[in-house]
Amino acid sequence: MTAPLLEVESLDAGYGPSDVLHGVSFTVGEGGITTVLGANGAGKTTLLRAVCGLIRRRGRVRFGGTAIESKATEDIVRLGLAHVPDGRGTFVQLSAEENLRVGAITRRDRRGVAADMERMYGYFPRLRERRHQQAGTLSGGEQQMLAIARALMLRPRLLVLDEPSFGLAPLIVRDIFAIMRTVNREERVGILLVEQNAKLALELADTAYLLETGRVVTGGPAAQLRDDETIRRAYLGY
Amino acid sequence: MEGFLHQILSGLATGGIYAAIALSLVMIYQATHHINFAQGEMAMFSTYLAWMMIDAGLPYWVAFAGTVALSFVLGVLIERIVIRPVEHAPVLSVVIVFIALLVILNSLAGWIFSYTIKTFPSPFTWQGSQNGYLSPHELGTIGVTLIVLTALFLFFRFTSLGLAMRAAAQNPVSSRLAGIRVGWMLALGWGLAAAIGAIAGMMIAPVVYLDPNMMAGVMLYAFAAALLGGIDNPFGAVVGGFVVGVVENLAGAYVVGTELKLTVALVLIIGVLLFRPTGLFGRRYVTRV
Ligand SMILES: Nc1ncnc2c1ncn2[C@@H]1O[C@H](COP(=O)(O)OP(=O)(O)O)[C@@H](O)[C@H]1O
Ligand SMILES: [Mg+2]
Repeated sequence: MTAPLLEVESLDAGYGPSDVLHGVSFTVGEGGITTVLGANGAGKTTLLRAVCGLIRRRGRVRFGGTAIESKATEDIVRLGLAHVPDGRGTFVQLSAEENLRVGAITRRDRRGVAADMERMYGYFPRLRERRHQQAGTLSGGEQQMLAIARALMLRPRLLVLDEPSFGLAPLIVRDIFAIMRTVNREERVGILLVEQNAKLALELADTAYLLETGRVVTGGPAAQLRDDETIRRAYLGY
Repeated sequence: MEGFLHQILSGLATGGIYAAIALSLVMIYQATHHINFAQGEMAMFSTYLAWMMIDAGLPYWVAFAGTVALSFVLGVLIERIVIRPVEHAPVLSVVIVFIALLVILNSLAGWIFSYTIKTFPSPFTWQGSQNGYLSPHELGTIGVTLIVLTALFLFFRFTSLGLAMRAAAQNPVSSRLAGIRVGWMLALGWGLAAAIGAIAGMMIAPVVYLDPNMMAGVMLYAFAAALLGGIDNPFGAVVGGFVVGVVENLAGAYVVGTELKLTVALVLIIGVLLFRPTGLFGRRYVTRV
């Protein structure tokens, strides 16, 4: 396998004086899909925030060969890392289309942006219908689609998603996961997915890790974790 | 009837100035959730800069453009140097910083330029339309305000930078995750607010005359306008500005008399805070989770 797209080594991170994450290590392969599973409160959101430089962190983080552990969020994003945050991070007072334009705000290729906007409306036809509507008035599912489309407007090399299935109807979740798969296959966008819905995540991912109270307790090929007895019982429920 | 019409039109002229300042208050409020109490003194200081340039012999419009540009830079610097360090401080500390800024600018102006009242020229001196409704300066003020408001609207609505500033104001974390340098957007907002204030100052100075306390009354009306329109609604602030200008003029002419006009602003402020804290146009954003 080629050098990983994202390489995290011994990452400690937290909010106040005490750490939430303790020595977390994992990788996302070039064009690969990695999922980090864990119960509520395990530290999944904290992990993604630490990777993007939104909170205090210590350790080694390399993205596409560049050390990013001491870079500012804005600069990390500009390297091609797009983050769909916990709670979707919608710009509620902007229109849906303006949300997409914000996603592409660091890009200078106007034509490419216009083409990508069309591509997003192709992935998510509901967003085209609602593009002039204030984004805060969209349904939860539509806002999740908008958040993913906004992130993709960056033309990222890595798409980071924080529980995209949270609170959504199964049909919408299926659509969203199908599009993640398409984007990964056709655009070779790497994906780092954090989920509580372990079954779905393990079907999509090639690599999986399990996070418990801020520590990685096991990791490996997703297929292997799928068959693991304890994980099945604790997270898949069968 | 002619007198009545005159009062309304001339109210719109001063109202435009209130609208501009109210708008700059709202811009900073939206981005920081603080009311910039020093906005008026910043405008006053800018007006002195213009006076200095004109006094040095520069043509009016050159001094005008120079003042707007310089005020923009000063606004950015104030944000970077004075406001940034208290970004995450408690509300009260920030208010104290604003008040300190107000006092410092006021005494600095008094010290440099003295407290004696100066006249300030109006660039609108043509003799054409002496129809009795509007003086050339009032007409010119309305024109300038409309140009400023239109330019701002176009900037925020249609440019990438304007969009980035709006995004940064309403959701800083998501903006950073889109690669927007939020800190710089705030500084730009201060620069814009200072530039708008400078224009308002130069438009009102020929009417109220130039002295370090020239903006006291104007600011009270502008606060009333911003509150009336809804402190986080730019369109509301503009409408509020024009409404306050007209109400002020009509009340001054027909109700309380010129001496007591300023109480109209106070009554408006208290009335809005008591009965409709979100203002006439205070939008409650519908948000689904
Ligand atoms: N903003 C915050 N400030 C302080 N502590 C936080 C904050 N967000 C999360 N935490 C703490 O960090 C731990 C991990 O939370 P989180 O990363 O949100 O877990 P998960 O996303 O896996 O549900 C929890 O104990 C939580 O209380
Ligand atoms: Mg979480």
